[in-house]
Amino acid sequence: MPIKSYLAHPIAGKKEELMTALVSLGQCEVIPAENQNILVLVTDTHTEKEDEILKEKIEALSSLKLLALVSGFNTSQ
Amino acid sequence: MYDSLTNRRNFIKKMAMLSAITAAASMFPGIVFASEQEKGIPDNANLDWKKGPCRFCGVGCGILVGTENGKAVAVKGDPNSSVNKGLLCVKGYHQIMCIQSKDRLKTALVKKNGKYVETPLSEALDLVASKMKESIAQNGKDSVAMYTSGQSTIPEGYIASKFMKGAIGTNNLDCNARLCMASAVTGFLTSFGADEPMGCYEDIDHADYFVTWGNNMAEMHPVLFSRMLEQKAKRGAKIIDFATRTTRSSTASDKSILFEPQTDLALANAICYEIIQNGWVNKSFVEKHCSFSKGLTNIGYGLEDNFQFTDKPEKIDFEAYKEFLKDYSPEKVSKYSKVSVKDIKYLAAIYGDPNKKVVSYWCMGMNQHTRGTWINNLVYNIHLLTGKISQPGNGPFSLTGQPSACGTAREVGTFTHKLPHGVVTNEKDREMAAKIWKVPVERIPSKPTYHATEMFRAVDRGDINFIWVQATNPLVSLPKTSRYRPAMEKKSCFVVVSDVFPTPTTDVADVILPASWHIEKGGLYGNSERRTQYWQKMVESPGEATPDTWMFIEVARRMGFEDLFPYSKENHVEEIYNEYRQFHEGAKHGMAPLEVLKKESGAIWPYVNGKSTQWRYNAKYDPACSNGEDFHFYGKPDGKAVIWQRPFEDAPEKPDQEYPFWLNTGRVVEHWHTGSMTRRIPVLHQAMPNAYVEFHPDDAKSLGIRNGKNIKITSRRGSCTLPASINERGLPTKGQVFVPFFDENMLINDVTLDSFCPISKEPDYKKCAVKVERA
Repeated sequence: MPIKSYLAHPIAGKKEELMTALVSLGQCEVIPAENQNILVLVTDTHTEKEDEILKEKIEALSSLKLLALVSGFNTSQ
Repeated sequence: MYDSLTNRRNFIKKMAMLSAITAAASMFPGIVFASEQEKGIPDNANLDWKKGPCRFCGVGCGILVGTENGKAVAVKGDPNSSVNKGLLCVKGYHQIMCIQSKDRLKTALVKKNGKYVETPLSEALDLVASKMKESIAQNGKDSVAMYTSGQSTIPEGYIASKFMKGAIGTNNLDCNARLCMASAVTGFLTSFGADEPMGCYEDIDHADYFVTWGNNMAEMHPVLFSRMLEQKAKRGAKIIDFATRTTRSSTASDKSILFEPQTDLALANAICYEIIQNGWVNKSFVEKHCSFSKGLTNIGYGLEDNFQFTDKPEKIDFEAYKEFLKDYSPEKVSKYSKVSVKDIKYLAAIYGDPNKKVVSYWCMGMNQHTRGTWINNLVYNIHLLTGKISQPGNGPFSLTGQPSACGTAREVGTFTHKLPHGVVTNEKDREMAAKIWKVPVERIPSKPTYHATEMFRAVDRGDINFIWVQATNPLVSLPKTSRYRPAMEKKSCFVVVSDVFPTPTTDVADVILPASWHIEKGGLYGNSERRTQYWQKMVESPGEATPDTWMFIEVARRMGFEDLFPYSKENHVEEIYNEYRQFHEGAKHGMAPLEVLKKESGAIWPYVNGKSTQWRYNAKYDPACSNGEDFHFYGKPDGKAVIWQRPFEDAPEKPDQEYPFWLNTGRVVEHWHTGSMTRRIPVLHQAMPNAYVEFHPDDAKSLGIRNGKNIKITSRRGSCTLPASINERGLPTKGQVFVPFFDENMLINDVTLDSFCPISKEPDYKKCAVKVERA
């Protein structure tokens, strides 16, 4: 059951759009920085496969400039 | 089973989130995640939110602590606090996580036959009192000492002062604030006759330029820096970083100017030279409100035990001052400061432009300096010559590193020379203290004794036989710990340490007293902008951990001073504050009543007629001004601020053939001071698990040093081995190395020099000579 955290850098001016898109994907918790163009993203999925699919969907978002992994955990079922 | 699995997943998610926030904090200066804590709180959580100041630095951010079933479970920024307006830094958010540390001190420990034995607190306090009495009986009052902290609450500092100076009758009381802002105090006193900044944080909202002198605010004061960045983005305010090392602050600033260590003295004079040469002096301001003085020169460095120095001020006139500055033309100063003539002129033009508002900020870079008082004076000179002072957006502003360095160390006065009002050398101040404390005035000695460095030298010499260290960790934070650690291990001195966690200082104690942490007791702190903030006890202390104030009172009572300490256990914070307020009655330093502080997120003194005074000495804002002019520097008998003639003098130790590098020490955003709290917060510890030594890439290349390689740093005092860091967090200039001091496993202060400013007695942690070799 992977849990991962990322720093998500939006395209300039698209922070709100990226937030909305991430939340609508599900399995994503988003914490925006108040004063920088960056979001903290925590993903919570059931399997490695699910995690991979989610990551692909995130990376396909047009409002995302860069996604940087910070930490990853895999807990028991 | 399901619950525990859910809780574990929530915990892991929280850890993942905190890791990312911490990573962001180390990458983006001043980044703020205001809603982070609230997001983690379940919708149905029934939390009780209580306000208070943050436990860490001197900014004094307002926090709200959420408690549930007697436990602190969340922290968020207080939106009603004008200091941080709901923002917090990465340390602030995580602060309560340290109190659950497994190695928390919960019972008193007494060393018996070389081993610590858990002992009932009452019995341990009996022992402390008996040892103190025994030392006084055998060796006199000045054989006992107390070393407190800028983290002590106002009641703790007040009771420590009353106990040592009023009850026992010794001035052997000093504190770790001597190590961080004593030069700011002597700077303010010599220039203005009254301590602490004249302005407030609201200056940030008005200034056109922020000039930061040797001050990495992005890491040390992130919330204030984020407010500056906001003004930069919103109004186009400019940040000029003026320092000896490239930091996160430099990269976020509009311009970074690097200078050779110690030459800030010459550069400040060069700025004044340019201001005068270009006719940028605010003549009417200077004529009405300033006088000129010079003091002694070649004043020494305090390297010898029992070093003594007293300055001899002498009045001079503007012409003599102008003549003195001829040695500091930009062309002359540029040669040894390594700052271009163009950049010196650029800085002078910023200060000299009558249409631009300028705030100068500094902290340890200027204060931890063998000429700390002088460089403080010199920056005031710039503001005085241009009249840019005591107005919204214009002024010099010394920041503090500890939450109550101002409120406790400076205002209560936990220095050897201080009283809650004034100084021990002043008869009227002693009389006031004697009257309020209800002690004979003769009991309060009129001569200061040991400042911090000299106090530990006295321990080493065997002149102090009992020392009580409270809320600080000197065996990590003192300079030249290679001398003072063995000194504290000597049998000639009985060592008592009260703290929340074990530290290298508790390791040498004969008695360890378990102290309550911040929110486990009520208290008051005073921050850098003269703001006093109150908080009430929010959760119970574990085991027998007890507020330090109460332990002081218990020991004083055991020593026969019951009548001087009549406070009740339940209400002692309020009783003590009300007694203390009497010292500062009046328009120049009136403190807000506790009823006001209970309701509001702090109040700035002087608090007069129900109102905080944001800009002192300016008649528009300060009711204490009484000379009928726009400004009144009432701290001085003639009502004028002093422009000081202070020369450039070299550091006591400079790089040479044997020790070819400057060593500079400091802090990082993840850790606070000696790391005794922040290293027990898992997410902060993981983000920055150990100290390191920064190199300039050219130096690293010529020495064949790569990132992560262990390097031995050696000075004439000692050595320390740390991994190398090249082009990571900070970038020292060529010929300089930088080491953060938070790591008790890599004690860089074994290497530093215990030289100090002869006026302030504050040590210089920023400059000594070292050699480096691969370990």
